[in-house]
Amino acid sequence: MSKYYQPEIETMPYEEMKKLQDERLVAQVKHVWDNVPYYRKKMEEKGVTPDDIKGVDDLHKLPFVTKDDLRECYPYGLLAKPLGDCVRIQSTSGTTGKRVVAFYTQKDIELWEDCCARAITAVGGTNEDVCQVSYGYGLFTGGPGLNGGSHKVGCLTLPMSSGNTDRQLQFMTDLGATIICCTPSYAAYLAESIHEQGLRDKIKLKAGIFGAEAWSEEMRKDIENKLGIKAYDIYGLTEISGPGVSFECEEQTGMHVNEDHFIPEIIDPETGEVLPLGEKGELVFTSISKEAFPLLRYRTKDICVLSRKKCSCGRTLIKMAKPMGRSDDMLIIRGVNVFPSQIEEVLIAVGGGNITPNYLIKIDRVNNTDTFDLDVEMSEEMFSDDVKSIAKVENAIKDKLRSILGLGVNVHLVNPKTITRSEGKAKRVIDNRKI
Amino acid sequence: MLVKQVSAFIENKAGRLNEIADVLANSNIDISALTLADTTDYGIVRMIVSDPEQAVLALRESGVICKITETLAVAIDDAPGGFAKSLKTLTDNGIEIKYMYACISHAVGKALMIVSVDDPEKAQELIASTDAGKVNPSEIYRHI
Repeated sequence: MSKYYQPEIETMPYEEMKKLQDERLVAQVKHVWDNVPYYRKKMEEKGVTPDDIKGVDDLHKLPFVTKDDLRECYPYGLLAKPLGDCVRIQSTSGTTGKRVVAFYTQKDIELWEDCCARAITAVGGTNEDVCQVSYGYGLFTGGPGLNGGSHKVGCLTLPMSSGNTDRQLQFMTDLGATIICCTPSYAAYLAESIHEQGLRDKIKLKAGIFGAEAWSEEMRKDIENKLGIKAYDIYGLTEISGPGVSFECEEQTGMHVNEDHFIPEIIDPETGEVLPLGEKGELVFTSISKEAFPLLRYRTKDICVLSRKKCSCGRTLIKMAKPMGRSDDMLIIRGVNVFPSQIEEVLIAVGGGNITPNYLIKIDRVNNTDTFDLDVEMSEEMFSDDVKSIAKVENAIKDKLRSILGLGVNVHLVNPKTITRSEGKAKRVIDNRKI
Repeated sequence: MLVKQVSAFIENKAGRLNEIADVLANSNIDISALTLADTTDYGIVRMIVSDPEQAVLALRESGVICKITETLAVAIDDAPGGFAKSLKTLTDNGIEIKYMYACISHAVGKALMIVSVDDPEKAQELIASTDAGKVNPSEIYRHI
């Protein structure tokens, strides 16, 4: 088996890649101009027409797209294909109540799965492997993406989805899984369980593909040692397609971007100016192959660095570092995108008043799993002389957050004015995770 | 009779109850009954005080979340069966009791219970005509 899934692309000399990108970008700009009035308006406002975009060198002339645009266009406003051509959505939480919904044509899914197949092949996956996909299935892109990639590679695919650790371990040992795909924190948790149950000799894992949340080199080494595997990073976002926007190879020094489909740029998050290769800034992607939901210059808000240094794996695809932070206030908790504004909305709704109860989000990582605590200052509106009524308020906060984020949160009601305010503005987040 | 109960929110942290006691003491407010409902994170102090309106003002000024609710003061005979009789009057008529606690009583041979019910007005009607309803307001609001 080849060490590349699509060698002609993955090892393509940059000059050729650029030509491919030029062609696809020009076509993509025309596609959105013709089919998405919102894009046309945005371009017109910036005084750009498709004629101005002759290739990647003109990319900087295009306007950015942000989560605000996605919210404004929710749900169908950025759709570039008739519904008859679309076959799937995936979704993630947005900055406020509205979710991000991304659309896929059959071809979009094929290309996305190709990207995931490249990632699986890069960690040594072949049709002889048993690939356990323990990312969540459903609206979350993790499960469906890696599932499709695993099929393409020809692995025997175990569509486990997340959770139910005993069942995960049973299938892993009984069926001899050789590759595991999940979040790094769940991998660490599985490793812990395997260690505790003395199953280390019964597992056949050789590699893991872990993404959707931040993890450190220490965590990588820990997982590798405990499971006796190589642990690889994978990056992606629903807006652009899902996991497999970029993936790690055997060198484990950053992720190769599938730049035949997604052109990366690094910009100054303040000025929007494109920064030279190697400088740290906000990562921006342009999807040049997507049919249903193409995004031009989408601001990921991830702070990152790109590099074209020659890679020992032989791939010529540009590499991105692990994201080093965010240029907005988004948090990633157990792989889920969380914005403080979402919590605010829930508190306003539950509080029933026009005032937002003061709150503090506290995140930590205990036994490699994120903990999520929320202190809420008690208010006259929420208070009652009756424990049951207060418990109802607490549960309403918990339930609403669970339904919006799919995350469990520990709510603590605290005395008013006990949450620190600095310069009149409350500090909303304490993140004690050492990542 | 119906009495105004003051309830206040307290976080389960050392000294919080003290703060409330201090505020009331400084405002020259007397506490004749107090009960604490607690959970892992917080508690609710419920009190019968000599001047509820003043107590709430003083507590709010100190940043304490509090409120006034109507509860029922029931005088029961300090003898076997006295408690059961009063309870029966309420429960037989569909009144739901949320919680209750004892209060200092100055009437000889009587114990005073503070009862929180789902329908205070109706409960008061039921109990007013009975012996249990005979509570002198000055027993509770002693500074009025």
